[in-house]
Amino acid sequence: MYWEEAIETMPREKLEALQLERLKKSVEKASGSIFYGDLFKKIGLDPKGITSLEDIRKIPFTTKDDLREHWPYGFLAVPKDDLVRMHSSSGTTGRATVIFHTQSDIDEWTNIVARSMYMTGMRRSDVFQNMMTYGLFTGGLGFHYGAEKVGALIIPAGSGNSKRQIQLMQDFGTTTIHIIPSYALHLTSVFEEVGVDPRRDTQLTRAFLGAEPHSEKTRKKIEEFYGVKAYNSYGLSEMDGPGVAFECPHQNGMHLWEDNFILEIINPDTMEPVAEGEEGEMVLTTLLREGMPILRYRTKDLTRVIPGPCECGRVHRRIERIKGRTDDMLILKGVNIFPIQIEKKLMDIPGVGTNFLIILEREGFNDLMIVRVEVGREFFSGDLKQLEALRRRIVEELKSDILITPKVELVEPGALPKSEGKAVRVVDNRED
Amino acid sequence: MIAYQLSIFAENKPGRLAKVTRILKKGKINIRAMTISTSDAFGVINALVENPESARALLEKEGLTVSLKEVIAVVIEDKPGGLDGLIQLLFEQGINIENAYGFVLESRKKAVFVVDVDQLDQTQKILKNAGFETLDTKALSAIEPFHYMNY
Repeated sequence: MYWEEAIETMPREKLEALQLERLKKSVEKASGSIFYGDLFKKIGLDPKGITSLEDIRKIPFTTKDDLREHWPYGFLAVPKDDLVRMHSSSGTTGRATVIFHTQSDIDEWTNIVARSMYMTGMRRSDVFQNMMTYGLFTGGLGFHYGAEKVGALIIPAGSGNSKRQIQLMQDFGTTTIHIIPSYALHLTSVFEEVGVDPRRDTQLTRAFLGAEPHSEKTRKKIEEFYGVKAYNSYGLSEMDGPGVAFECPHQNGMHLWEDNFILEIINPDTMEPVAEGEEGEMVLTTLLREGMPILRYRTKDLTRVIPGPCECGRVHRRIERIKGRTDDMLILKGVNIFPIQIEKKLMDIPGVGTNFLIILEREGFNDLMIVRVEVGREFFSGDLKQLEALRRRIVEELKSDILITPKVELVEPGALPKSEGKAVRVVDNRED
Repeated sequence: MIAYQLSIFAENKPGRLAKVTRILKKGKINIRAMTISTSDAFGVINALVENPESARALLEKEGLTVSLKEVIAVVIEDKPGGLDGLIQLLFEQGINIENAYGFVLESRKKAVFVVDVDQLDQTQKILKNAGFETLDTKALSAIEPFHYMNY
């Protein structure tokens, strides 16, 4: 039942000793990068001064802005020739955050994905349909390599093309799918349309749900409809991608692989660690990354550690489903979107007024983004065609940037609520 | 002659038209004709009113987004084929009508057909040469309701 029993079940003290040993190496490696080299010099930190796990607090936090500002190579700790792959965070354009991997990085990442899948019972005999986008996004290739390592037969279906997905499941006896939860819900209507009942007409037994937060209720719906056990998966490209934390068969929180990462939960206001079991922002440190070590990365994801041991026997602590974000990032259909991206695009379009509002709705099983945009007073010439052209232009421009087609509604100048202080840009009406 | 039509940008929801007519009533502005065109979530209210300049000022003071649009108000006969004569002429001359609406001036005798076209000058010339009477804003305001007197 264990992929690496010694690692997964090692006593806590031993795991922490392993973490410390790896942390020292990781900090040492990081100091070879421009970013951390300069940072350590500036604050007078000697990597040799890290002698306990608590000493990690001597290292300042790293943020997404740091990654952006030192794009593309400022975090590299190895010569460029040692790199074998890059990935990038999903959705964002402009200055996306880019992560580089050496062969060893890919191997370690593949290993934790394989470990995660194996933990849920996936074996060589399984047929794994990977319904995630392949490419810069880590969800596709990350799972692909992990499943290959387990030895399952992979159907690299990629995302979209719903009817073909169902056909593939039937033709090749798919047992395991990796899917974005909102797409899993959407796909239920396609199953009904083509008259296929996944419980009766497929061999599905498990689903990996990733790339966007979802509720327990959504999981139950998916399990019910597909006749599977659905496992929550957590990852972010800055920390490799999927495989950072994963649910075991007890489905009560995700084991975060602490031999690969140091987990901290901090109070985002005070930056101090919270008490075990309290909610806060997750901060992660890579322990085995060679190409681009990242120390104390602020994930902006809110969660807590579930106290106490898990019945499965693994010592790696469990985090709860992600509760939200400490920034205003939206996750829609698995794509990460920052309201600032939309604001920048809108303000470049002539005819757009001063205010806008993003509304997220759930229509059936589909998530929908509505962008209400105030029209500039001086733009209006009394012509409906002109307004319609503006609306279409906004749709096209946003679509090219955020990869999702929003519904755009033009509203009168001053029609949107003015807020005092920080503008309210997003209303999330999605409920489960 | 050119007439001015009020075009008001409005969200497509209950209460927007009511706001417009309330403001015009308060300003004692008479409405000659009105049309609404919508595109899903939003639309444009077009109104031919007496004294469009002050109507615009009143509406804008209440926060509405208003534009004065040049249109042509053509006098036609209020009888079968009255409109057809005008439309066939515009068609033959290759004039495309973006928006149009009409109202009766004198039952069975006279009506006004308001057209919104891209080629304003050319259209005016064509109408003049064909002998059509057009009304400007002042003339539209001055029109007496003849049909009352006919009773």
